[in-house]
Formats: sequence, structure tokens, C-alpha cells
Amino acid sequence: MRWFTIKKTAKLGIKSLWMHKLRSTLTTLGIVFGVCSVVAMLAIGEGASRETQAAIARLGSTNLIIETIKPPQEQADTGKVEAMRNYGLTYADAETIHNTIPYVEVTVPVRELDQEARYLNRQIAIKIVGTIPWYTEISPIRLMRGRFLGSTDLQYGQAVCVIDEQVARELFAFDDPIGTDVRIYGNYYRVVGIVTQAAAVRLKEEPAVGDKSGGVAGYIYIPITTAKRCFSEVNYSFSGGKQSLEKVELQKITVKVRSAEQVLPMRDILDVLLARLHKAKNDYHITVPLEMLRYAAAERRRSSIVLGSIAAISLLVGGIGIMNIMLATVSERTREIGIRRALGAKKRDIVIQFLSETLLLTLAGGIIGIILGSVIPFLVTYFSRQPTAITGVSLILAFGISAAVGIIFGLYPAYRAANMDPIESLRHE
Amino acid sequence: MDVVKIEKLCKMYQLGTFQLSALCDIDLIIQQGQYIAVMGPSGSGKSTLLNLLGCLDRPTGGRYWLGGKDVSELDDDQLSLIRGKHIGFIFQSYNLIGQLNVIENIELPMFYQGFSEHDSADHAQKLAEMVGLGDRTKHRPSELSGGQQQRVAIARALANDPTVILADEPTGNLDSQSGAEILSILDELHRQGKTLIIVTHDDHIGKRAQRVIHLLDGRIDRDEFNHRR
Ligand SMILES: Nc1ncnc2c1ncn2[C@@H]1O[C@H](COP(=O)(O)OP(=O)(O)OP(=O)(O)O)[C@@H](O)[C@H]1O
Ligand SMILES: [Mg+2]
Repeated sequence: MRWFTIKKTAKLGIKSLWMHKLRSTLTTLGIVFGVCSVVAMLAIGEGASRETQAAIARLGSTNLIIETIKPPQEQADTGKVEAMRNYGLTYADAETIHNTIPYVEVTVPVRELDQEARYLNRQIAIKIVGTIPWYTEISPIRLMRGRFLGSTDLQYGQAVCVIDEQVARELFAFDDPIGTDVRIYGNYYRVVGIVTQAAAVRLKEEPAVGDKSGGVAGYIYIPITTAKRCFSEVNYSFSGGKQSLEKVELQKITVKVRSAEQVLPMRDILDVLLARLHKAKNDYHITVPLEMLRYAAAERRRSSIVLGSIAAISLLVGGIGIMNIMLATVSERTREIGIRRALGAKKRDIVIQFLSETLLLTLAGGIIGIILGSVIPFLVTYFSRQPTAITGVSLILAFGISAAVGIIFGLYPAYRAANMDPIESLRHE
Repeated sequence: MDVVKIEKLCKMYQLGTFQLSALCDIDLIIQQGQYIAVMGPSGSGKSTLLNLLGCLDRPTGGRYWLGGKDVSELDDDQLSLIRGKHIGFIFQSYNLIGQLNVIENIELPMFYQGFSEHDSADHAQKLAEMVGLGDRTKHRPSELSGGQQQRVAIARALANDPTVILADEPTGNLDSQSGAEILSILDELHRQGKTLIIVTHDDHIGKRAQRVIHLLDGRIDRDEFNHRR
């Protein structure tokens, strides 16, 4: 088609839609809401999907994470105040898992401690991660400079540490941390490397360090043997007028298997093994990142069905409304159609005229819907802290949907218009 | 040259079981440049004939050659093309499109024939000036008098330089003053060599025409030439 034809047809369409401003506006509302919910739905879905993907990348899809949890308090009515609660994962657990289950690739014990690190006159809150050199295989950290903990460090319990980017920045500012000593809880640790979180796992709203980093500037990694030597496993706390002593050896054991297929069987094996080792203490919890992915996918599917139905229904209702209005327009303009036919318009010309009018209507609705639908995700993120992401593909899809609605529901009225008898139409009042 | 040649042209309407013959066995030859008035009582088939001549309708019998080309069995698209290229319609009730201004109305036939934007605007402007509306090009039909509207319709009918101009009671809705203006424009077209076929009840037009075809009950009753001219 020639550009002039398109321009002329569009101009004519706009003109006649403009003549019935209110009618046109009301008619497009269905499309506006439909497209709006399509865009919002896709943005929310995409945000959720990215979030889980980031979580998976952070936690590792072939990892199984066993965490220590505080078991429910033993009944108070026994009256006996327990001297010390002893619970959680132990070095023995890690040993047993590593030695008895054949296809474990690595078993990485982690001890976490909230401490303060000092350098010169600066002091910041950090989280100590006592672990082994193979920690790098289960965590998405990337070495920026120096080296990570080595097996000699582990073997001799060396006072060395690897700090992450945030700690390097906050504690050392412009100094070079490598080779300097950081003081933590009265001991000095030589900094041997700096790590950073892989970019893919960073989330917008979250500090770039791993999970649950409440109020700490960053992470400092030290050999687990060193952690055992330097920090007590007994934790004294005083809360609610009650004092309590707790002994916890490890906060976390991450088990990595070779492939994703081995993850679920491994979970069953760990369940059985740990149930035997821990009797019925209920002091651990196994997280399977791969399963999170599955839950998330199922959840997403559910919400997509709900939102998708809303979108589909409003598009359908909107489309029918538009068809109705276009049929009314066609019969109002019967005489005009007759005149055009007498002046040489082919049926196709009439179809194009009315179809483009419908298309203009739905595309206008689509654009308004896209604009509104792009605002909603921001509100969702703002109010519910749920991440959302508007992708170019979703906008193109939404635009395509409004065009499709225009064509589907515009075709019949246009066809009706084109097939009216010219003589009858000219006689029409 | 025979612009229009018709042989045994029939138009029947099926009304229930009853067959109404609106036109029957019409034979007619019209030469290039003729000025023809079609007259006859109401219901005699004048409009039906004009619609057939204008390729708006298909005959139920007989043959029709327009400019030497047999158009009696063309499909809808081909008929549309013929209408756009070879026919200029002028209606009793002007039939301008209300949303379009004068120029846009005149451009319409050119638009459907694929004229370029520039050519059609230029040509439409010339035609508007020719019918004396050069200063009203941006007006809507509702802002014009009946006579002015009919002049726009004439300009529109001329847009594609048609083979024949068909007018169905062009002065029927006008007062005698505007009617006379319209008729003088038609006379002028005739002088320029256009072929005009005008349906009318008005004897004045009959007198101005070269040839008057009288219809009665769907047949040609008389076919007279005015030798006075
Ligand atoms: N669509 C139609 N269906 C049935 N009969 C029709 C149809 N169109 C016209 N007729 C009939 O055909 C005959 C001729 O009608 P036509 O409109 O040609 O008359 P006319 O000479 O133009 O009359 P008038 O001077 O009143 O305009 C009339 O009897 C009319 O009732
Ligand atoms: Mg008539």
C-alpha cells in the first residue's frame, strides 16, 4: 500500500473517531484494561522469574543446603532450666555426609559469626564465614585479587582471611588491603584475597552479600579450623529476663552433587541420614534451590492463569464492545459507503477503511494500556517490595495483542460494510 | 464513436412470486459528446437505467458496452474500477461526505484511482475553481448552500475525466436560481465535449438537451432529437 493511502486512511479514521470522542474512549476501555493487565502480569511474572533465577544462581542449582535451626523450646513446665542447649549441625555430620554418600562432589561446612573488624581506627560490623577452600565451588563468589583460602591455611589453622568487596571498601577505603592485618575479636588476620559476588546473583533491593546479612557491612572468610580455635561455640544470650547458653558447631553444610538429576535423590538420602544422626531433634532444615525453582514456576503459572484470564476476559469483552460500536458506525455511515462505492471504491477499500478505524481504536487503547500497565509494576515494587521487570518483548506482545483484537473484531463490521449493495446504501437515509 | 451501446437490456426484480420488470428490452446507442435527457413518469425506470449505465447495478439480461468494452459480466472489483475511471455521478441529494471538506470530497475519486497526493490536491483545486468554489475549499458541505454543494458534486464527478457523466435529477432539490446555475455548468461541460446523461422531470432541461429519451413502464417510449440547437 502506498504511504499516501495509509496516511489518508489513518487521517480519515482519526477524524471519524474524533467525531465521537466519548464513544470512542468508552469503547477502548476494555482494551485498555486488558492490555494493562497483560503488561502488568508479564512484568510481575518476569520479576518473580528473575528473582528465583538470581536466588538459584546464588544458592546453586546443584546444591543442597542444610541449615541449623533452633529447635522448638522444650516444655517449660518441666521446671528444669537446661544448663546448655546443644543443637545444630556438627563437624561429625559433615564428615559422615562426606564419607558415606558416594556421589557427593563437595561437602562444605560453614560456621557463621557476627563480629566486628578493625583496621587502623576504623571498625565495622561484619559476618565471619569460617569455611574450607572448596567454598568457592558452592558459592557464586568470584576472586577479584589475591587468592582464596588454601588447604595449608585449613590444615594449620592459619590466621588468614579473604574479605569481600564491601569490607575492602568500607574498612580500607583507598588502602590496599592485601597483606595487611585485620583485627577481629583480639586476633589479627592477614588479608590474602578479595572476592566479589558474581554479578548475576545481585538483586536490586538487597545488599550484594549473601542471605540474611542483617546490618553487616560484608563478609570475611577465614579457615574453619581457625574459626574453631579462635571463637567459642558456646553462645551466651540474655533475653526476656532469661539467660541461656547455646552450643552450635556449624550453621550450614552445603552439599554439592554433580548434576541436577542427583539433587532430589540426594535430598532423600540426606533426610534419612540426618534423621538418624539427629534423632528427633528438629534442629536442621534442608533447602533445595532446584525445588524453589519448581515451586516458583508453579506459583507463577497459577498467577499467570488468574491474571491471564482477567486479561483475556477484558480483551474479549473489549473486543466485542468494539465490534458492536463498529457495527453501529457502519450502519450510521451506510450512505457514505454507498457514495464511496459509486466513486470507485472497491470492497477491499471499504474493508481497509473500517478495519483501520477499528485498528486505530484498539491500538490507541493498547498504547494507553501499555502506559498504565507499565506504571503498575512500579507501584507493585514500591508497595509490596516484589521485584518486577518490564521487558521489550512484553510491550511488543501487548501491542500485538491490541492489533490482533482490532483485526479480529474489526473484520466482521468491515466485511459487512464492504458487502452492502451500493444502490441500497445510496438510498439509505 | 459510440460511448454507450446497449442491446436488449433488462432489469427484473423478484418480489416474492411476482416478477417486476423495471426495464425491458432497451436498445440504445449514445455517441461521444451527446447531451441526453431521460424523462418519463415516476416509476418508469429512469433511475434503474442510470444505475445500470453507471455500473452500480448489473442487468438481468442483455449486453452493455461502455467505451467499446463489454461491461455486462464484470465482477464487483472490475465494476468499481469502471465506475471510478469512466463514470461521473451527480445525485439529486448531492451525496457529499459530511466529514470531508470541499477539496477532500473532490479528491475522493482520484484517491481510489491511486493518484499521488500532490496531483490530486492540485487537480481538485482547479476543479473547485472551475465550478466557482475556489475560495471555499476548506468548507464542509454543511457550510455550503444546496447549489454550492451540487457544484462540488459536479467537480467531484469530473475528477477522473470520466467517459460519461450521469446525473439523476441534479436540480431536483434546488430552487430555480441555483438550478439554473447548475444547468449552465452542465451546458458548459457539454460544450467542452463531455457526454451527459441527465434524468429529469424538468421540461426546461429536456429543451436544453440534444436528445430526449422518454421511458414508459420500463421501455423506451420515444427517442427524440432536438434539432433546434
Ligand atoms: N430494489 C428494488 N426492488 C424492487 N423494485 C424496485 C427496486 N428498485 C426499483 N424498483 C422498481 O422499479 C421500477 C422503476 O424504478 P425507478 O427507481 O427506476 O423509477 P424512476 O423512473 O426513477 O422513478 P422516479 O421518477 O420516481 O425516481 C419501480 O416500479 C420500482 O418500484
Ligand atoms: Mg428515480
